[in-house]
Amino acid sequence: MEYFVLYTLMAAALGLFMAWGIGANDVANAMATSIGSRVLTMRQAVLVAAIFEFLGAVLAGGEVTSTVRKGMIDTELLVGDPQLLIAGMLAALAAAGTWLMLATRAGWPVSTTHSIVGAIIGFAVVGIGFDAVHWEKVSAIVASWVVSPIIAGVLAFILFTTVRRLILETTEPLQNARRYVPFYMFLGGTLITLVTLLKGLKHVGLNLSMVESYSLAAFVGLIITVIGIYFIRRIPTPAENDREKQFQAVERVFAVLMVLTACAMAFAHGSNDVANAVGPVAAILSTAKTGSVLQQSPIPVWVLLLGGVGIVFGLATYGRKVIATVGHQITHLTPSRGFAAEMAAAGTVVMASGTGLPISTTQTLVGAVLGVGFARGIAAINLGVVRSIFFSWVITLPAGAGLAAMFFYIFRLLPG
Amino acid sequence: MGSYLSKIFSASPLHELQQHMAKVAACSGELVPLFEALDKQDNALVGEIQKRIHKLENEADDIKRQIRLHLPRSLFLPVDRADLLELLAIQDHIANTAQDIAGVLVGRKMRLPEKTGTAFLEFVSSAVAAAAQAEQTVAEVNELFESGFRGAEVDIMESMITKLDDIERETDKIEVTIRGRLFAMENNLPPVEVMFLYKIIDWIGDLADDSQRVGSRLQLLMER
Repeated sequence: MEYFVLYTLMAAALGLFMAWGIGANDVANAMATSIGSRVLTMRQAVLVAAIFEFLGAVLAGGEVTSTVRKGMIDTELLVGDPQLLIAGMLAALAAAGTWLMLATRAGWPVSTTHSIVGAIIGFAVVGIGFDAVHWEKVSAIVASWVVSPIIAGVLAFILFTTVRRLILETTEPLQNARRYVPFYMFLGGTLITLVTLLKGLKHVGLNLSMVESYSLAAFVGLIITVIGIYFIRRIPTPAENDREKQFQAVERVFAVLMVLTACAMAFAHGSNDVANAVGPVAAILSTAKTGSVLQQSPIPVWVLLLGGVGIVFGLATYGRKVIATVGHQITHLTPSRGFAAEMAAAGTVVMASGTGLPISTTQTLVGAVLGVGFARGIAAINLGVVRSIFFSWVITLPAGAGLAAMFFYIFRLLPG
Repeated sequence: MGSYLSKIFSASPLHELQQHMAKVAACSGELVPLFEALDKQDNALVGEIQKRIHKLENEADDIKRQIRLHLPRSLFLPVDRADLLELLAIQDHIANTAQDIAGVLVGRKMRLPEKTGTAFLEFVSSAVAAAAQAEQTVAEVNELFESGFRGAEVDIMESMITKLDDIERETDKIEVTIRGRLFAMENNLPPVEVMFLYKIIDWIGDLADDSQRVGSRLQLLMER
């Protein structure tokens, strides 16, 4: 294709812009509970976010990227006109990016995932036709937006209830925290590693058998647990048998666990949300390169890298300021609660990433927070804000779609 | 700038509730030195303490207003909102009663009848002890929340509430005795003065009763 370089540059620039936006705004949401419970300092939080967002994007971001790239529209209708797909995907990126910027300016809680899904549907309906959209796939995605916060909420409720039963409500909460927290570490570490191994490593060219994957995941989980136990042992037992002091020490044990869940959350976010930026880029690249819409070529690793770099760049330039603000805003979340919410959300997001469903990390996390709230774990939840977060996607879908349609007509003028 | 997620967490009203109760207990606690000063007929000191009580009651009112302002219906709490507001109202009533007692004593330049000084002091000390016990029980709410409103912490709360009930019962007994003594001498005292002395006794009794009600409300709060 003669304009290959032009399209590549445009796609890369828009994709990078969107990844930058995710890093600048979205990451703060993913890390909020960790920062709020004072487990990590700002600097550490930014570092953890950078490393694990990047790893999540590159190692486990492939499936969702595929869905965004080619799962939602029927590319067979485009065989004769590859330029249409390129213009459409460029329009989707531009639309989602613009909408996110507008929403951020206005302070609306919108999801990057919803923006890009809306945008892709928008261009497909306008540019190709109503039937070009794989509606059954799109309904599955929309259903996952309803289901994922509920699953995360139920998981968080169960997790916090077990924490309460095993540790908090006992007569010796500190001893029991030391005893049981390592199990949660093992569970979390193994789960995240397993999803990465099963779903992510194909892209890096590593093929493990099922048994190998499970054993390696358990092994990594074990190493993480041993490191965790080392840090838990270093927490001093308060001399007096004062309940308040005891609970403070218990929270310090959970703080160790929460470092792990913070990493998991950043990883999960990277694995799910980077696709919003690089999915369309991957679609444009392969079409522009081969001049054909119907290819089975895998997603080039460098596209995922681009997303990872974009997120880290957004985090470094703007996101760390947002994270600092969040740290001052959330002061009422203790690690025993924050961990339950984060672990449930991270687990849900990573599993969704494994199945290729693009879900909203923020909404999943809010669902998890509500789950802990239902278990009487959180002092005060502002339901007004919760409602606005959940309903934001009702407006985001048509807004993304409308903007994408508009940009589509502009990009259609590009040379083919 | 900020994250939407951070806005969903609000400040804990339980913490403010404890601050309020601390002020209320401090306010009613001033009644002990007030009755001591009254017994010694140190009018200057009585006036001074009354001002302190007034100031503490005002501070408690400010906290109460803050809690009510920051407790919209859209707030999702681990305890029932109505229970919380009711608890606040009871606590508030303790401070109001303390202020009323001090106000009437000073405003009417009242004197304790002869040889009742120690009895009144014992009575008021017992009622104030009930308020102090209520404060300690409310202060335990933090640990109760931390433990998820279950288990060992509930037992600790229950035993504190039992102790509170005991103090209230003790105060009741003292009230009966002091009423008896006042009845025996009431014909020799100015009638209006006697009327107000009974009023004061009522109010001191209310301090203990309300403190006990704080305990019962806390029990409802735990169970939800």
